[in-house]
Amino acid sequence: MAYITKSPWIIHYDASSCNGCDIEVLACLTPLYDVERFGIINTGNPKHADVFLVTGSVNEQNKPVIKNIYKQMPKPNVVVAIGACALSGGVFRECYNVAGGVDKLIPVDVYVPGCAAKPEAIIDGVVQALGVLEKKREDMKKEAEAGH
Amino acid sequence: MESLIFLILFPLIAGGIMLFLPNGRGRDLFVNFAAIVTCLGSLYLLFEYFGKGEVLFAVDGTFVDPLILAAEVAIGLFIIGISLKFKKYLVTVLAALQLAMAAYTEIVFEPAHNIGFDLFIDPFSLIMALIIGIIGSLICVYATGYMKTYHEHHKDVKDRRPLFFFLMFLFLSAMFGIVFSNNIMWLFLFWEITTLCSFLLIGYARDEVSWKNAFWALLLNVIGGVAFSGAILFINAFSAGTDIYLNELLKSSPEIALVAAAFIGFAGLTKSAQFPFSSWLVGAMVAPTPVSALLHSSTMVKAGVYVIVRFAPIYESSLIGIAFAFIGALTFLTASAIAISQSNAKKVLAYSTIANLGLVVACAGIGTEEAVWAAILLIIFHAVAKSLLFLSVGSVEHQKHSRDIEDMGGLIAAMPKIALMMLIGMAGMFLAPFGMLISKWASIHAFVNAIPPFGMLLIAIIAYGSGITVFFWTKWMGKIIEVRTERKPVEKEASRPEMSAILTLGGLTVLACLIFPLISSTMIEPYLHAIYHTTSPLLSLSNEIIMLFMIVVVILLPLSLFHFAKGRTLRRQYMGARVTEVEGEHLKFLGSMGVMKEEELSNYYFPNMFGEKELSRAGVWSSILIIVVMFALLSWVFPLGVMM
Amino acid sequence: MLTGEPVIGILLFIILAPFVGTIVLGLDRIITARMQGRVGPPLFQPMYDILKLFEKEKMVIHESQNFWIFGYLVFIIITGALFFGGSDILLVIFALTLAEVSLILGAFSSGSPYAHVGAERELIQLMAIEPMIIIAAVGFYEVTNSFNTLDIASYGSPLILVLPGIFIGFVYILTVKLRKSPFDISTSHHAHQELVRGLNTEFAGSTLGMIELAHLYELVFLLGFLFLFFGFAAPIIGIIVIALVYLLEIFVDNATSRVKWSFMLDSCWIVTAVAGVLNLMALYLILR
Repeated sequence: MAYITKSPWIIHYDASSCNGCDIEVLACLTPLYDVERFGIINTGNPKHADVFLVTGSVNEQNKPVIKNIYKQMPKPNVVVAIGACALSGGVFRECYNVAGGVDKLIPVDVYVPGCAAKPEAIIDGVVQALGVLEKKREDMKKEAEAGH
Repeated sequence: MESLIFLILFPLIAGGIMLFLPNGRGRDLFVNFAAIVTCLGSLYLLFEYFGKGEVLFAVDGTFVDPLILAAEVAIGLFIIGISLKFKKYLVTVLAALQLAMAAYTEIVFEPAHNIGFDLFIDPFSLIMALIIGIIGSLICVYATGYMKTYHEHHKDVKDRRPLFFFLMFLFLSAMFGIVFSNNIMWLFLFWEITTLCSFLLIGYARDEVSWKNAFWALLLNVIGGVAFSGAILFINAFSAGTDIYLNELLKSSPEIALVAAAFIGFAGLTKSAQFPFSSWLVGAMVAPTPVSALLHSSTMVKAGVYVIVRFAPIYESSLIGIAFAFIGALTFLTASAIAISQSNAKKVLAYSTIANLGLVVACAGIGTEEAVWAAILLIIFHAVAKSLLFLSVGSVEHQKHSRDIEDMGGLIAAMPKIALMMLIGMAGMFLAPFGMLISKWASIHAFVNAIPPFGMLLIAIIAYGSGITVFFWTKWMGKIIEVRTERKPVEKEASRPEMSAILTLGGLTVLACLIFPLISSTMIEPYLHAIYHTTSPLLSLSNEIIMLFMIVVVILLPLSLFHFAKGRTLRRQYMGARVTEVEGEHLKFLGSMGVMKEEELSNYYFPNMFGEKELSRAGVWSSILIIVVMFALLSWVFPLGVMM
Repeated sequence: MLTGEPVIGILLFIILAPFVGTIVLGLDRIITARMQGRVGPPLFQPMYDILKLFEKEKMVIHESQNFWIFGYLVFIIITGALFFGGSDILLVIFALTLAEVSLILGAFSSGSPYAHVGAERELIQLMAIEPMIIIAAVGFYEVTNSFNTLDIASYGSPLILVLPGIFIGFVYILTVKLRKSPFDISTSHHAHQELVRGLNTEFAGSTLGMIELAHLYELVFLLGFLFLFFGFAAPIIGIIVIALVYLLEIFVDNATSRVKWSFMLDSCWIVTAVAGVLNLMALYLILR
């Protein structure tokens, strides 16, 4: 098993969320859910992160920001979209400045629905993301071997 | 003996010829030729006197002594004349006093001549001669390229290059004189010549600021001169005539030697820019860079510490020596702290010079065998690394039209060769396997055994000072290697003579670190064993091996770059995930108001905590206090009644 | 030179330090979690983190960054190896400074605003702690009459009995060295709102892995330095006290908030002067 699944560090970005999902994401770090049990650390820096948690919908203002964060995460990495807005734009999807869900901009690996998403659901999403991470890691390895 | 006299006279004559050569290739070639001859001369000296210990020479004085007297009077009259012309009456008074003392000595005591050896050479002199010969001539070579560019940049300054090169070579000749003189009166003449040369070179631009700083330097150096002539007067008045010879004086009765050492050491403090006299060296940075490199980092200030180190055995375990040690240690701490708040590169170098000389003085004041060993090593390493830094900064200044450290961002990309040399020089000033740190290590070893409880206080001062040193050097290094965007190196970093001098000095810095055990065992230790009559090795073999091992690691580490260049992806700096773009050398990001802003980074300077004014004042007053206490102690050691 | 005990010490350090460091740091994270009412990560989490970092893409701003960081790792290992090989303690300290400077230069070289501020702050930290470390070394010398770590460790009686002030001063600056709150100003696990990760912002993947690995070596070296205050004269008490000191550091880490750099610098220097220098002066009276 790759070590990356034992130590997934996250970066959390609030696109244009109502803060409901963000509070639930932070709840995961509290003593009640304590995700550090799985080696999860909230880094706040894309260059250190493996898992990108996005809440809220994509709009014109935060488009380049989301792109930049994704670009500056070293591979292998996964994107987890959390909450209805991040999935599809939610109730704001018709809004003049909203482009829709996060997958309009960057590839999303795991979708966690809910409004707001429950901490249990978020943790479940991250755990599923670990499977994706491991697969990506193996692909990377194969690619590197093929390259040589 | 011939080679000694050759080294004193050749630069003088060559300089005299330069006075009449017009600007152009011919003169540059002649300067290079003279520099190479001087350099080879000092190397020949090494070949001739290596391993010979102390060798004394008698010179037929009937012809030379009147000449020396005449030169001394001429210098005195010149200083009096020029200070009157510029209405610097304090200088006039002091110079007159000095002249009067010299005349009084000559008339009343009629010092007997030709009773001892006027010239000498020993391993310490030999080391100094090598420093002067090699580094001094490299700086002269550098100056041929630098001064040409200097006058292209400074159209307002009248071109006086013939005089400039004359003074530079006269200066080298005087320095050789200082380190070869056994007769203190001769030593004093050469001492005065360096004062005069430095005055004229600082005032080279002849504008208001240069004159002001030149006269300030002159004033402080003349104070030292008065103390020096006082010492000569004292020796003539109170002891046998032979005490005027250095080798005899060191063996003389403790009282006589101590008083002479205190006065001449005081003169040494002025010349080596220790507190309270440090301000002249900072002001002297207005001079063209080769002057700063030659006079104010690698040679002239070394004359001051040279005499202090010479008298180190006398200072050993005396309170006078402790006083000198404290002045040195305080200077080290204060000057290092002030360097933090400076962004002018030459001022940082000036303060760091003052600080390092302070460490030398502190070691010499302690005066034990180990301390003197550290002091001599410090002199060697400091001379090489500091002149390298000065010359590099001079060339950078001509490229960037600024000597501000803040303008040196990304120098490693723009001027890779010079930037690398600067990094070597700075690493040499404070990092582990390099020279200065070996000496710092040795000085700590020496201080722990000094007279309690003074040794501990000195250690505390050095401990704080060394933390401060790390701060201001590292932030400068950081500035140089800070690269934000891809950029192309400039086509020509510096003129050929400049580049060759810088690269040679860079090589010498590394070489000195590699062969210092050899220098130590073949030159410094024999010198120390002759004085202290011990035979213990100062640096254990295992420590030598560790240091050499670390140097090898440092040299090999860059090879790792080949590995790290493979299979990496390049990404721009994290700017809070904002939109960024690169425009030439500039990195821009989208600010909150929707405007592209340029990224600007600058270092910390803490002017409130390490302000130049406040710290200088504290340093000056506390060192004056120590000097007063020292002379009070002296009158106790040597009752005033006898002196009167 | 390289025979017998020193080689064993050096080899043991190079091989075992990452494991010992992992266990100490792992316990640190578990105890921290317990203090906050959480369960905390597995014991070997620090090692998983490092191994993971080496699995990731090598992302840099320019390659020279990695050169400095590699230098940092190499010289931290040399520092520890010299220390456990029974070498001159002043050389050990200077090698440590060289390593630190290399790390700081790596951060400077990135040209990133966050790393720049982090590097400047790390430099202030270096300036704040350097005097105390040198004074501690001199204190050891005054008592044992040797600068060699092996001689110091094998001294007849525990040094802490005559060097209590220096011990306190050293524990004070240890907080800075371990990057524990309130002095975690240059880079912090908790400060990502203000400086991202400061000093470490621009290091990703294996580069960050090298830094974390160097931390493990450094941690073991620092604990070894603490052990010198007890030496082989009282090894068990020494280990107990070191454990208590480390527990205290964890407690302080959890109970305090970050301070400004000026407070850190001033307080470190004052503690050094009061506890360290006075202790050094008092040695004359004690040892006479």
